[in-house]
Amino acid sequence: MDVAQLVPLAGVAIQCPAVPGRACPAKEVVVTVDNATATPVVIGGTRGGPSAPTLRQDRWWLQPLVTVTILTAFIVYSTWAIFVNKDYYVGATLHRDLISPFYSPCIAASCVPGSVGTTVVASWWHITPALIVMGGPLGFRLTCYYYRRAYYRGFWQSPPNCAVADGHRRYTGESRFPLILQNIHRYFFLIGLIFNVILTIDAVMAFRMPGAGGIGFSVGTLVLCVNAVLLWLYSISCHACRHLCGGNVRSFSRHPLRHRVWKLLTPLNARHMQFAWASLVFVAFTDLYVRLVASGVITDPKIF
Amino acid sequence: MTDPTPAPTAADATVTLRVWRGDPAGGELVDYTLPAQDGEVVLDVVHRIQATLAPDLACRWNCKAGKCGSCSSEINGKPRLMCMTRVDELPEGPITVTPMRTFPILRDLVTDVSFNFEVAKRVPAFAPPPPPPDGYRMQQVDVQRGQEFRKCIECFLCQDVCHVIRDHEENKQHYAGPRFFIRYAELEMHPLDTNDRRELVRQRMGLGLCNITKCCTEVCPEHIKITDNAIIPMKERVVDASYDPVAWLGRKILRRRKRTPDEAAATAP
Repeated sequence: MDVAQLVPLAGVAIQCPAVPGRACPAKEVVVTVDNATATPVVIGGTRGGPSAPTLRQDRWWLQPLVTVTILTAFIVYSTWAIFVNKDYYVGATLHRDLISPFYSPCIAASCVPGSVGTTVVASWWHITPALIVMGGPLGFRLTCYYYRRAYYRGFWQSPPNCAVADGHRRYTGESRFPLILQNIHRYFFLIGLIFNVILTIDAVMAFRMPGAGGIGFSVGTLVLCVNAVLLWLYSISCHACRHLCGGNVRSFSRHPLRHRVWKLLTPLNARHMQFAWASLVFVAFTDLYVRLVASGVITDPKIF
Repeated sequence: MTDPTPAPTAADATVTLRVWRGDPAGGELVDYTLPAQDGEVVLDVVHRIQATLAPDLACRWNCKAGKCGSCSSEINGKPRLMCMTRVDELPEGPITVTPMRTFPILRDLVTDVSFNFEVAKRVPAFAPPPPPPDGYRMQQVDVQRGQEFRKCIECFLCQDVCHVIRDHEENKQHYAGPRFFIRYAELEMHPLDTNDRRELVRQRMGLGLCNITKCCTEVCPEHIKITDNAIIPMKERVVDASYDPVAWLGRKILRRRKRTPDEAAATAP
Protein backbone atom coordinates (compact mmCIF):
# COMPACT_ATOMS: atom_id res chain seq x y z
CA MET A 1 0.00 0.00 0.00
CA ASP A 2 1.39 3.36 -1.05
CA VAL A 3 1.71 5.80 1.81
CA ALA A 4 2.48 9.46 1.22
CA GLN A 5 3.09 12.35 3.54
CA LEU A 6 0.78 15.32 3.54
CA VAL A 7 0.58 18.16 6.04
CA PRO A 8 -2.97 18.64 7.36
CA LEU A 9 -4.63 22.02 7.35
CA ALA A 10 -3.87 24.03 10.44
CA GLY A 11 -6.74 24.54 12.85
CA VAL A 12 -8.74 21.51 11.70
CA ALA A 13 -10.07 19.16 14.32
CA ILE A 14 -9.27 15.58 13.31
CA GLN A 15 -11.94 13.11 14.33
CA CYS A 16 -10.73 9.73 15.46
CA PRO A 17 -10.26 7.42 13.64
CA ALA A 18 -9.54 9.82 10.75
CA VAL A 19 -7.24 7.41 8.91
CA PRO A 20 -7.55 3.63 9.03
CA GLY A 21 -4.77 1.97 10.93
CA ARG A 22 -3.91 4.98 13.06
CA ALA A 23 -4.04 4.69 16.80
CA CYS A 24 -6.64 6.85 18.47
CA PRO A 25 -5.27 9.40 20.92
CA ALA A 26 -6.68 9.51 24.43
CA LYS A 27 -8.72 12.60 23.59
CA GLU A 28 -9.44 14.60 20.44
CA VAL A 29 -6.39 16.53 19.19
CA VAL A 30 -6.84 19.95 17.65
CA VAL A 31 -4.13 20.55 15.05
CA THR A 32 -2.86 24.12 15.04
CA VAL A 33 -0.02 25.86 13.24
CA ASP A 34 2.25 25.11 16.19
CA ASN A 35 1.67 21.37 16.57
CA ALA A 36 1.00 20.39 12.93
CA THR A 37 2.87 17.28 11.83
CA ALA A 38 2.91 15.27 8.62
CA THR A 39 -0.03 12.90 8.41
CA PRO A 40 0.29 9.60 6.59
CA VAL A 41 -2.26 9.51 3.79
CA VAL A 42 -3.37 6.10 2.69
CA ILE A 43 -4.06 5.33 -0.95
CA GLY A 44 -6.52 2.51 -1.00
CA GLY A 45 -8.49 1.77 2.11
CA THR A 46 -12.13 1.40 3.01
CA ARG A 47 -14.66 3.04 0.76
CA GLY A 48 -17.76 4.86 1.91
CA GLY A 49 -21.33 4.45 0.79
CA PRO A 50 -23.42 1.31 0.40
CA SER A 51 -21.80 -1.59 -1.48
CA ALA A 52 -24.48 -1.71 -4.15
CA PRO A 53 -23.66 -2.01 -7.88
CA THR A 54 -25.36 1.34 -8.34
CA LEU A 55 -27.56 3.77 -6.44
CA ARG A 56 -28.91 5.35 -9.60
CA GLN A 57 -32.68 5.56 -9.66
CA ASP A 58 -33.16 6.74 -13.24
CA ARG A 59 -33.54 4.37 -16.17
CA TRP A 60 -29.79 3.96 -16.68
CA TRP A 61 -30.34 0.59 -18.38
CA LEU A 62 -32.31 2.16 -21.23
CA GLN A 63 -29.32 3.59 -23.12
CA PRO A 64 -27.30 0.33 -23.27
CA LEU A 65 -30.49 -1.56 -24.09
CA VAL A 66 -31.26 0.69 -27.07
CA THR A 67 -27.66 0.40 -28.25
CA VAL A 68 -27.69 -3.39 -28.05
CA THR A 69 -31.07 -3.59 -29.77
CA ILE A 70 -30.13 -1.41 -32.74
CA LEU A 71 -26.66 -2.92 -33.18
CA THR A 72 -28.02 -6.47 -32.92
CA ALA A 73 -30.74 -5.69 -35.44
CA PHE A 74 -28.11 -4.28 -37.80
CA ILE A 75 -25.81 -7.29 -37.37
CA VAL A 76 -28.65 -9.74 -37.99
CA TYR A 77 -29.96 -7.86 -41.02
CA SER A 78 -26.54 -7.23 -42.58
CA THR A 79 -25.45 -10.85 -42.09
CA TRP A 80 -28.60 -12.03 -43.84
CA ALA A 81 -28.18 -9.42 -46.59
CA ILE A 82 -24.56 -10.41 -47.18
CA PHE A 83 -25.14 -14.16 -47.33
CA VAL A 84 -28.37 -14.11 -49.33
CA ASN A 85 -26.25 -13.21 -52.39
CA LYS A 86 -29.04 -12.04 -54.67
CA ASP A 87 -31.20 -8.96 -55.36
CA TYR A 88 -28.34 -6.56 -54.67
CA TYR A 89 -28.28 -4.89 -58.06
CA VAL A 90 -30.99 -3.24 -60.11
CA GLY A 91 -29.90 -3.19 -63.74
CA ALA A 92 -31.49 -5.01 -66.63
CA THR A 93 -34.99 -5.31 -65.19
CA LEU A 94 -35.68 -1.65 -64.55
CA HIS A 95 -32.85 0.09 -66.45
CA ARG A 96 -31.59 1.59 -63.22
CA ASP A 97 -28.02 1.42 -62.00
CA LEU A 98 -28.59 0.84 -58.28
CA ILE A 99 -26.27 -1.34 -56.21
CA SER A 100 -26.46 -2.22 -52.54
CA PRO A 101 -23.67 -0.66 -50.42
CA PHE A 102 -22.97 -4.09 -48.90
CA TYR A 103 -21.98 -5.42 -52.33
CA SER A 104 -20.07 -2.43 -53.65
CA PRO A 105 -17.51 -2.65 -55.17
CA CYS A 106 -18.55 -5.98 -56.64
CA ILE A 107 -15.21 -7.41 -57.70
CA ALA A 108 -15.87 -11.14 -58.06
CA ALA A 109 -16.52 -12.87 -61.35
CA SER A 110 -19.70 -14.27 -59.82
CA CYS A 111 -21.28 -10.80 -59.46
CA VAL A 112 -24.51 -10.33 -61.41
CA PRO A 113 -24.00 -8.78 -64.88
CA GLY A 114 -23.80 -5.00 -64.75
CA SER A 115 -22.90 -4.76 -61.06
CA VAL A 116 -19.27 -5.75 -61.53
CA GLY A 117 -16.81 -2.91 -62.01
CA THR A 118 -13.44 -4.60 -62.29
CA THR A 119 -13.06 -8.30 -61.74
CA VAL A 120 -10.31 -8.80 -59.17
CA VAL A 121 -11.35 -12.13 -57.72
CA ALA A 122 -11.77 -14.80 -60.34
CA SER A 123 -14.41 -17.46 -60.73
CA TRP A 124 -13.03 -19.65 -57.94
CA TRP A 125 -14.87 -17.42 -55.43
CA HIS A 126 -18.28 -19.04 -55.16
CA ILE A 127 -19.76 -17.63 -51.97
CA THR A 128 -21.16 -14.12 -51.66
CA PRO A 129 -18.96 -11.35 -53.17
CA ALA A 130 -19.98 -9.04 -50.30
CA LEU A 131 -17.59 -10.95 -48.01
CA ILE A 132 -14.58 -9.78 -50.01
CA VAL A 133 -15.19 -6.11 -49.33
CA MET A 134 -16.96 -6.09 -45.96
CA GLY A 135 -13.71 -5.98 -43.96
CA GLY A 136 -13.04 -2.31 -44.71
CA PRO A 137 -16.28 -0.72 -43.49
CA LEU A 138 -16.62 -3.29 -40.70
CA GLY A 139 -13.11 -2.57 -39.40
CA PHE A 140 -13.72 1.17 -39.58
CA ARG A 141 -16.88 0.93 -37.49
CA LEU A 142 -15.50 -1.66 -35.06
CA THR A 143 -12.48 0.48 -34.18
CA CYS A 144 -14.41 3.79 -34.24
CA TYR A 145 -14.10 5.76 -31.01
CA TYR A 146 -17.86 6.24 -30.82
CA TYR A 147 -18.81 2.61 -31.48
CA ARG A 148 -16.22 1.51 -28.95
CA ARG A 149 -18.07 3.55 -26.32
CA ALA A 150 -21.36 2.09 -27.48
CA TYR A 151 -20.42 -1.58 -27.46
CA TYR A 152 -18.20 -1.45 -24.37
CA ARG A 153 -21.21 -0.09 -22.55
CA GLY A 154 -23.92 -2.11 -24.27
CA PHE A 155 -22.43 -5.51 -24.99
CA TRP A 156 -19.39 -5.74 -22.74
CA GLN A 157 -21.00 -4.00 -19.72
CA SER A 158 -17.75 -2.27 -18.94
CA PRO A 159 -19.42 -0.23 -17.49
CA PRO A 160 -23.11 -0.56 -18.48
CA ASN A 161 -23.58 3.12 -17.68
CA CYS A 162 -21.86 5.82 -15.63
CA ALA A 163 -21.58 5.03 -11.91
CA VAL A 164 -22.94 1.52 -12.49
CA ALA A 165 -20.58 -1.28 -11.49
CA ASP A 166 -18.44 -2.87 -14.18
CA GLY A 167 -19.67 -6.32 -15.19
CA HIS A 168 -16.18 -7.81 -14.92
CA ARG A 169 -13.86 -8.55 -12.05
CA ARG A 170 -10.63 -7.81 -13.91
CA TYR A 171 -10.05 -4.99 -16.32
CA THR A 172 -7.10 -4.15 -18.57
CA GLY A 173 -8.88 -1.85 -21.03
CA GLU A 174 -7.26 -1.38 -24.39
CA SER A 175 -3.74 -1.92 -23.12
CA ARG A 176 -3.43 -5.58 -24.18
CA PHE A 177 -4.14 -7.86 -27.10
CA PRO A 178 -6.65 -8.01 -28.70
CA LEU A 179 -8.09 -4.60 -27.80
CA ILE A 180 -4.73 -2.91 -28.31
CA LEU A 181 -5.51 -3.37 -32.02
CA GLN A 182 -8.08 -0.58 -31.70
CA ASN A 183 -5.10 1.70 -32.26
CA ILE A 184 -5.12 0.93 -35.99
CA HIS A 185 -8.31 2.95 -36.38
CA ARG A 186 -6.62 5.58 -38.55
CA TYR A 187 -5.79 2.98 -41.22
CA PHE A 188 -9.39 1.80 -41.31
CA PHE A 189 -10.37 5.45 -41.63
CA LEU A 190 -8.21 5.71 -44.77
CA ILE A 191 -9.64 2.45 -46.14
CA GLY A 192 -13.11 3.80 -45.39
CA LEU A 193 -12.36 6.83 -47.56
CA ILE A 194 -11.75 4.50 -50.55
CA PHE A 195 -15.17 2.95 -49.96
CA ASN A 196 -16.71 6.42 -49.72
CA VAL A 197 -15.28 7.30 -53.14
CA ILE A 198 -16.67 4.07 -54.62
CA LEU A 199 -20.10 4.56 -53.07
CA THR A 200 -20.12 8.16 -54.32
CA ILE A 201 -19.42 6.85 -57.83
CA ASP A 202 -22.34 4.43 -57.31
CA ALA A 203 -24.55 7.38 -56.36
CA VAL A 204 -23.48 9.26 -59.51
CA MET A 205 -24.13 6.15 -61.61
CA ALA A 206 -27.63 6.00 -60.13
CA PHE A 207 -28.46 9.11 -62.19
CA ARG A 208 -28.24 7.00 -65.37
CA MET A 209 -31.67 6.33 -66.81
CA PRO A 210 -32.89 4.93 -70.08
CA GLY A 211 -34.33 7.26 -72.71
CA ALA A 212 -33.31 10.61 -74.18
CA GLY A 213 -30.22 12.04 -72.55
CA GLY A 214 -29.96 9.04 -70.30
CA ILE A 215 -30.01 11.10 -67.11
CA GLY A 216 -32.75 11.14 -64.54
CA PHE A 217 -33.49 11.20 -60.82
CA SER A 218 -35.42 8.53 -59.02
CA VAL A 219 -36.08 7.73 -55.39
CA GLY A 220 -33.30 5.17 -55.68
CA THR A 221 -30.90 7.90 -56.82
CA LEU A 222 -31.91 9.98 -53.82
CA VAL A 223 -31.38 7.06 -51.43
CA LEU A 224 -27.89 6.32 -52.79
CA CYS A 225 -26.96 10.01 -52.68
CA VAL A 226 -28.10 10.46 -49.07
CA ASN A 227 -26.25 7.27 -48.16
CA ALA A 228 -23.02 8.60 -49.72
CA VAL A 229 -23.37 11.99 -47.99
CA LEU A 230 -23.96 10.37 -44.59
CA LEU A 231 -20.95 8.10 -45.05
CA TRP A 232 -18.77 11.09 -45.91
CA LEU A 233 -20.03 12.98 -42.86
CA TYR A 234 -19.35 9.95 -40.67
CA SER A 235 -15.83 9.60 -42.06
CA ILE A 236 -14.71 13.22 -41.91
CA SER A 237 -16.13 13.68 -38.41
CA CYS A 238 -13.90 10.80 -37.23
CA HIS A 239 -11.51 11.49 -34.36
CA ALA A 240 -8.56 10.01 -36.28
CA CYS A 241 -9.36 12.32 -39.21
CA ARG A 242 -9.44 15.34 -36.88
CA HIS A 243 -6.07 14.32 -35.46
CA LEU A 244 -4.41 13.66 -38.82
CA CYS A 245 -5.77 16.85 -40.39
CA GLY A 246 -4.54 19.24 -37.72
CA GLY A 247 -5.02 17.95 -34.18
CA ASN A 248 -1.51 16.50 -34.08
CA VAL A 249 0.33 19.83 -34.26
CA ARG A 250 1.61 21.51 -31.14
CA SER A 251 1.19 25.02 -32.44
CA PHE A 252 -1.82 26.11 -34.51
CA SER A 253 -0.28 29.52 -35.23
CA ARG A 254 2.63 27.89 -37.05
CA HIS A 255 0.26 25.73 -39.14
CA PRO A 256 -2.56 28.09 -40.16
CA LEU A 257 -3.91 25.87 -42.96
CA ARG A 258 -4.12 22.79 -40.73
CA HIS A 259 -5.70 24.91 -38.04
CA ARG A 260 -8.42 25.98 -40.51
CA VAL A 261 -9.12 22.36 -41.43
CA TRP A 262 -9.18 21.41 -37.75
CA LYS A 263 -11.64 24.22 -37.00
CA LEU A 264 -13.84 22.99 -39.84
CA LEU A 265 -13.79 19.39 -38.59
CA THR A 266 -14.26 20.12 -34.88
CA PRO A 267 -18.02 20.91 -34.99
CA LEU A 268 -18.55 17.86 -37.20
CA ASN A 269 -16.55 15.76 -34.76
CA ALA A 270 -18.89 16.86 -31.96
CA ARG A 271 -21.72 15.18 -33.93
CA HIS A 272 -19.79 11.99 -34.68
CA MET A 273 -22.27 9.93 -32.66
CA GLN A 274 -25.26 11.20 -34.65
CA PHE A 275 -23.48 10.59 -37.96
CA ALA A 276 -22.46 7.11 -36.80
CA TRP A 277 -26.05 6.09 -36.09
CA ALA A 278 -27.55 7.86 -39.10
CA SER A 279 -25.09 6.34 -41.55
CA LEU A 280 -25.42 2.87 -40.00
CA VAL A 281 -29.20 2.84 -40.24
CA PHE A 282 -29.17 4.39 -43.70
CA VAL A 283 -26.71 1.83 -45.10
CA ALA A 284 -29.14 -0.90 -44.07
CA PHE A 285 -32.07 1.09 -45.46
CA THR A 286 -30.25 1.61 -48.79
CA ASP A 287 -29.63 -2.11 -49.04
CA LEU A 288 -33.26 -2.81 -48.22
CA TYR A 289 -34.50 -0.35 -50.84
CA VAL A 290 -32.28 -1.75 -53.58
CA ARG A 291 -33.29 -5.26 -52.54
CA LEU A 292 -37.00 -4.48 -52.72
CA VAL A 293 -36.61 -2.89 -56.15
CA ALA A 294 -34.37 -5.68 -57.45
CA SER A 295 -36.73 -8.39 -56.28
CA GLY A 296 -39.70 -6.62 -57.87
CA VAL A 297 -41.60 -5.93 -54.65
CA ILE A 298 -41.66 -2.21 -55.43
CA THR A 299 -40.75 -0.19 -58.51
CA ASP A 300 -38.32 2.68 -58.17
CA PRO A 301 -40.41 5.78 -58.88
CA LYS A 302 -38.77 8.36 -61.14
CA ILE A 303 -38.89 11.90 -59.76
CA PHE A 304 -37.79 13.69 -62.96
CA MET B 1 -35.56 45.31 0.82
CA THR B 2 -36.12 41.63 0.15
CA ASP B 3 -36.25 39.03 2.85
CA PRO B 4 -33.00 37.00 2.75
CA THR B 5 -34.59 33.87 4.20
CA PRO B 6 -36.41 31.79 1.58
CA ALA B 7 -40.09 31.21 2.16
CA PRO B 8 -41.33 27.65 2.70
CA THR B 9 -43.14 26.27 -0.38
CA ALA B 10 -46.08 24.84 1.51
CA ALA B 11 -46.76 24.32 5.14
CA ASP B 12 -46.63 20.54 4.90
CA ALA B 13 -44.07 20.10 2.09
CA THR B 14 -40.97 18.24 3.22
CA VAL B 15 -37.68 17.12 1.78
CA THR B 16 -35.99 13.89 2.83
CA LEU B 17 -32.26 13.37 2.47
CA ARG B 18 -30.96 9.81 2.80
CA VAL B 19 -27.40 10.51 3.83
CA TRP B 20 -24.65 7.94 4.28
CA ARG B 21 -23.27 8.24 7.82
CA GLY B 22 -20.17 6.34 8.75
CA ASP B 23 -16.40 6.02 8.82
CA PRO B 24 -13.84 3.37 7.77
CA ALA B 25 -15.33 0.99 10.30
CA GLY B 26 -18.69 1.00 8.51
CA GLY B 27 -21.85 3.04 8.11
CA GLU B 28 -25.44 3.19 6.98
CA LEU B 29 -27.96 5.40 5.21
CA VAL B 30 -29.84 7.68 7.59
CA ASP B 31 -33.03 9.57 6.64
CA TYR B 32 -33.39 13.24 7.60
CA THR B 33 -36.69 14.96 6.88
CA LEU B 34 -36.98 18.73 6.94
CA PRO B 35 -39.56 21.29 5.77
CA ALA B 36 -39.02 21.98 2.06
CA GLN B 37 -37.86 25.43 0.94
CA ASP B 38 -37.99 27.02 -2.49
CA GLY B 39 -34.91 27.10 -4.71
CA GLU B 40 -32.67 25.02 -2.49
CA VAL B 41 -29.71 23.00 -3.64
CA VAL B 42 -28.72 19.74 -1.96
CA LEU B 43 -25.88 21.44 -0.10
CA ASP B 44 -28.40 23.87 1.47
CA VAL B 45 -30.37 20.95 2.86
CA VAL B 46 -27.19 19.31 4.16
CA HIS B 47 -26.36 22.56 5.95
CA ARG B 48 -29.85 22.70 7.46
CA ILE B 49 -29.40 19.11 8.67
CA GLN B 50 -26.10 20.14 10.24
CA ALA B 51 -27.81 23.12 11.89
CA THR B 52 -30.77 21.18 13.24
CA LEU B 53 -30.85 17.38 13.21
CA ALA B 54 -27.23 16.22 13.02
CA PRO B 55 -24.55 18.74 14.06
CA ASP B 56 -21.86 16.07 13.65
CA LEU B 57 -22.58 15.39 9.94
CA ALA B 58 -19.26 15.76 8.11
CA CYS B 59 -19.32 17.45 4.71
CA ARG B 60 -16.66 19.26 2.71
CA TRP B 61 -17.70 22.53 1.08
CA ASN B 62 -16.41 25.98 0.37
CA CYS B 63 -17.77 28.33 -2.31
CA LYS B 64 -21.38 27.19 -2.90
CA ALA B 65 -20.97 28.42 -6.49
CA GLY B 66 -19.64 25.39 -8.37
CA LYS B 67 -16.14 26.82 -8.60
CA CYS B 68 -14.15 25.33 -5.72
CA GLY B 69 -14.81 21.65 -6.40
CA SER B 70 -15.15 20.73 -2.72
CA CYS B 71 -18.71 19.41 -2.32
CA SER B 72 -18.39 16.49 -4.75
CA SER B 73 -20.61 13.58 -3.77
CA GLU B 74 -23.04 11.13 -5.32
CA ILE B 75 -26.64 12.28 -5.46
CA ASN B 76 -29.14 9.54 -6.28
CA GLY B 77 -26.13 7.49 -7.38
CA LYS B 78 -24.76 10.07 -9.81
CA PRO B 79 -21.48 11.92 -9.13
CA ARG B 80 -22.40 15.62 -8.82
CA LEU B 81 -21.59 18.81 -6.96
CA MET B 82 -24.02 19.23 -4.07
CA CYS B 83 -24.04 23.00 -4.51
CA MET B 84 -25.08 22.78 -8.18
CA THR B 85 -27.87 20.23 -7.79
CA ARG B 86 -31.29 21.80 -7.24
CA VAL B 87 -33.64 19.80 -5.07
CA ASP B 88 -36.68 20.64 -7.24
CA GLU B 89 -34.99 19.13 -10.30
CA LEU B 90 -34.63 15.74 -8.63
CA PRO B 91 -37.43 13.16 -8.76
CA GLU B 92 -39.93 12.92 -5.90
CA GLY B 93 -38.98 10.85 -2.88
CA PRO B 94 -35.92 10.61 -0.67
CA ILE B 95 -32.71 12.00 -2.14
CA THR B 96 -29.76 9.68 -1.59
CA VAL B 97 -26.50 11.48 -0.81
CA THR B 98 -23.40 9.31 -0.53
CA PRO B 99 -19.66 10.01 -0.53
CA MET B 100 -17.56 9.56 -3.68
CA ARG B 101 -17.19 5.82 -4.10
CA THR B 102 -13.73 5.72 -5.66
CA PHE B 103 -11.83 7.25 -2.75
CA PRO B 104 -11.33 6.00 0.82
CA ILE B 105 -13.85 7.29 3.31
CA LEU B 106 -12.82 9.61 6.13
CA ARG B 107 -16.26 10.29 7.60
CA ASP B 108 -19.84 10.68 6.34
CA LEU B 109 -19.58 12.59 3.04
CA VAL B 110 -15.87 13.37 3.31
CA THR B 111 -13.42 11.24 1.35
CA ASP B 112 -9.64 11.14 1.21
CA VAL B 113 -8.87 12.36 -2.32
CA SER B 114 -5.08 12.28 -1.85
CA PHE B 115 -4.79 9.67 -4.63
CA ASN B 116 -5.24 12.61 -6.98
CA PHE B 117 -2.51 14.65 -5.33
CA GLU B 118 -0.13 11.72 -5.64
CA VAL B 119 -0.88 11.45 -9.35
CA ALA B 120 -0.49 15.24 -9.73
CA LYS B 121 3.02 15.00 -8.30
CA ARG B 122 4.00 12.64 -11.10
CA VAL B 123 3.04 15.02 -13.91
CA PRO B 124 6.26 16.39 -15.45
CA ALA B 125 6.29 20.16 -15.28
CA PHE B 126 5.91 22.54 -18.20
CA ALA B 127 9.32 22.68 -19.93
CA PRO B 128 9.76 25.79 -22.09
CA PRO B 129 12.97 26.43 -24.09
CA PRO B 130 15.36 29.21 -22.96
CA PRO B 131 13.56 32.53 -23.48
CA PRO B 132 14.41 34.49 -26.64
CA PRO B 133 15.84 38.03 -26.16
CA ASP B 134 12.42 39.68 -26.49
CA GLY B 135 10.67 37.17 -24.27
CA TYR B 136 8.16 34.41 -25.00
CA ARG B 137 5.34 35.20 -27.42
CA MET B 138 2.19 33.15 -27.81
CA GLN B 139 -0.53 33.58 -30.39
CA GLN B 140 -4.15 33.72 -29.28
CA VAL B 141 -5.11 30.49 -31.12
CA ASP B 142 -2.49 28.58 -29.16
CA VAL B 143 -3.64 30.09 -25.86
CA GLN B 144 -7.26 29.23 -26.59
CA ARG B 145 -6.56 25.57 -27.21
CA GLY B 146 -5.41 24.82 -23.68
CA GLN B 147 -7.85 27.24 -22.07
CA GLU B 148 -10.64 24.67 -22.00
CA PHE B 149 -8.56 22.37 -19.81
CA ARG B 150 -7.73 25.17 -17.39
CA LYS B 151 -11.40 25.45 -16.49
CA CYS B 152 -10.94 22.31 -14.37
CA ILE B 153 -11.93 22.97 -10.74
CA GLU B 154 -10.47 19.69 -9.50
CA CYS B 155 -13.71 18.39 -8.05
CA PHE B 156 -12.47 14.90 -9.03
CA LEU B 157 -15.94 13.81 -10.14
CA CYS B 158 -14.38 12.49 -13.37
CA GLN B 159 -11.89 10.48 -11.33
CA ASP B 160 -14.76 9.23 -9.16
CA VAL B 161 -16.95 8.08 -12.06
CA CYS B 162 -14.13 6.48 -14.08
CA HIS B 163 -14.78 2.75 -13.84
CA VAL B 164 -11.08 1.98 -14.39
CA ILE B 165 -10.40 2.90 -10.76
CA ARG B 166 -13.96 3.02 -9.40
CA ASP B 167 -14.47 -0.70 -9.93
CA HIS B 168 -10.83 -1.85 -10.03
CA GLU B 169 -8.83 -0.53 -7.09
CA GLU B 170 -5.65 -2.26 -8.32
CA ASN B 171 -5.52 0.07 -11.35
CA LYS B 172 -4.85 3.09 -9.12
CA GLN B 173 -1.18 2.08 -9.09
CA HIS B 174 -0.77 2.82 -12.80
CA TYR B 175 -3.60 5.05 -13.91
CA ALA B 176 -3.62 8.84 -13.94
CA GLY B 177 -7.34 9.30 -14.65
CA PRO B 178 -9.30 11.81 -16.74
CA ARG B 179 -8.41 14.88 -14.68
CA PHE B 180 -4.73 14.29 -15.32
CA PHE B 181 -5.13 13.22 -18.92
CA ILE B 182 -6.41 16.74 -19.60
CA ARG B 183 -3.32 18.07 -17.84
CA TYR B 184 -1.07 15.89 -20.02
CA ALA B 185 -3.03 16.95 -23.11
CA GLU B 186 -2.70 20.60 -22.21
CA LEU B 187 1.07 20.26 -21.85
CA GLU B 188 1.41 18.20 -25.04
CA MET B 189 -0.57 20.83 -26.97
CA HIS B 190 1.46 23.73 -25.59
CA PRO B 191 3.59 25.31 -28.35
CA LEU B 192 6.36 26.26 -25.92
CA ASP B 193 6.66 22.91 -24.18
CA THR B 194 9.70 20.81 -25.13
CA ASN B 195 8.95 17.57 -23.29
CA ASP B 196 7.47 14.52 -24.98
CA ARG B 197 5.22 12.68 -22.52
CA ARG B 198 3.61 10.19 -24.92
CA GLU B 199 5.54 7.11 -23.81
CA LEU B 200 5.14 8.15 -20.18
CA VAL B 201 1.38 8.37 -20.63
CA ARG B 202 1.24 5.03 -22.42
CA GLN B 203 3.52 3.00 -20.17
CA ARG B 204 3.07 4.48 -16.71
CA MET B 205 -0.12 6.57 -16.69
CA GLY B 206 -2.40 3.93 -18.17
CA LEU B 207 -3.89 5.81 -21.10
CA GLY B 208 -4.55 2.41 -22.70
CA LEU B 209 -6.77 1.45 -19.77
CA CYS B 210 -9.30 4.10 -20.73
CA ASN B 211 -11.98 2.60 -22.96
CA ILE B 212 -13.51 5.99 -23.80
CA THR B 213 -16.95 5.33 -22.34
CA LYS B 214 -17.16 9.10 -21.82
CA CYS B 215 -18.54 9.11 -18.28
CA CYS B 216 -15.92 11.70 -17.30
CA THR B 217 -17.34 14.09 -19.90
CA GLU B 218 -20.89 13.40 -18.71
CA VAL B 219 -20.20 14.34 -15.09
CA CYS B 220 -17.85 17.30 -15.61
CA PRO B 221 -19.51 20.36 -13.99
CA GLU B 222 -17.33 22.65 -16.12
CA HIS B 223 -18.48 20.88 -19.30
CA ILE B 224 -14.93 20.17 -20.43
CA LYS B 225 -14.99 17.78 -23.39
CA ILE B 226 -12.52 15.53 -21.60
CA THR B 227 -12.82 12.54 -23.93
CA ASP B 228 -13.11 14.26 -27.31
CA ASN B 229 -10.61 17.05 -26.72
CA ALA B 230 -8.06 15.48 -24.40
CA ILE B 231 -8.15 11.69 -24.04
CA ILE B 232 -8.77 10.77 -27.69
CA PRO B 233 -6.22 13.33 -29.00
CA MET B 234 -3.74 11.87 -26.48
CA LYS B 235 -4.57 8.34 -27.63
CA GLU B 236 -3.94 9.43 -31.22
CA ARG B 237 -0.62 11.00 -30.21
CA VAL B 238 0.32 7.74 -28.50
CA VAL B 239 -0.55 5.93 -31.75
CA ASP B 240 1.86 8.32 -33.53
CA ALA B 241 4.56 7.46 -31.02
CA SER B 242 4.06 3.73 -30.60
CA TYR B 243 1.66 1.97 -32.94
CA ASP B 244 1.75 3.67 -36.35
CA PRO B 245 4.30 1.96 -38.66
CA VAL B 246 4.36 4.93 -41.06
CA ALA B 247 5.09 7.34 -38.20
CA TRP B 248 7.84 4.95 -37.04
CA LEU B 249 9.36 4.97 -40.54
CA GLY B 250 9.14 8.76 -40.63
CA ARG B 251 11.02 9.00 -37.34
CA LYS B 252 13.75 6.68 -38.69
CA ILE B 253 14.18 8.65 -41.93
CA LEU B 254 14.10 12.07 -40.24
CA ARG B 255 16.20 10.71 -37.35
CA ARG B 256 13.77 11.93 -34.76
CA ARG B 257 13.44 10.15 -31.46
CA LYS B 258 10.79 10.07 -28.80
CA ARG B 259 11.49 10.40 -25.11
CA THR B 260 11.45 7.42 -22.82
CA PRO B 261 9.13 7.52 -19.79
CA ASP B 262 12.12 8.22 -17.52
CA GLU B 263 13.34 11.10 -19.65
CA ALA B 264 9.83 12.55 -19.81
CA ALA B 265 9.27 12.14 -16.08
CA ALA B 266 12.58 13.77 -15.12
CA THR B 267 10.94 17.14 -14.41
CA ALA B 268 8.17 15.76 -12.22
CA PRO B 269 8.28 17.22 -8.70
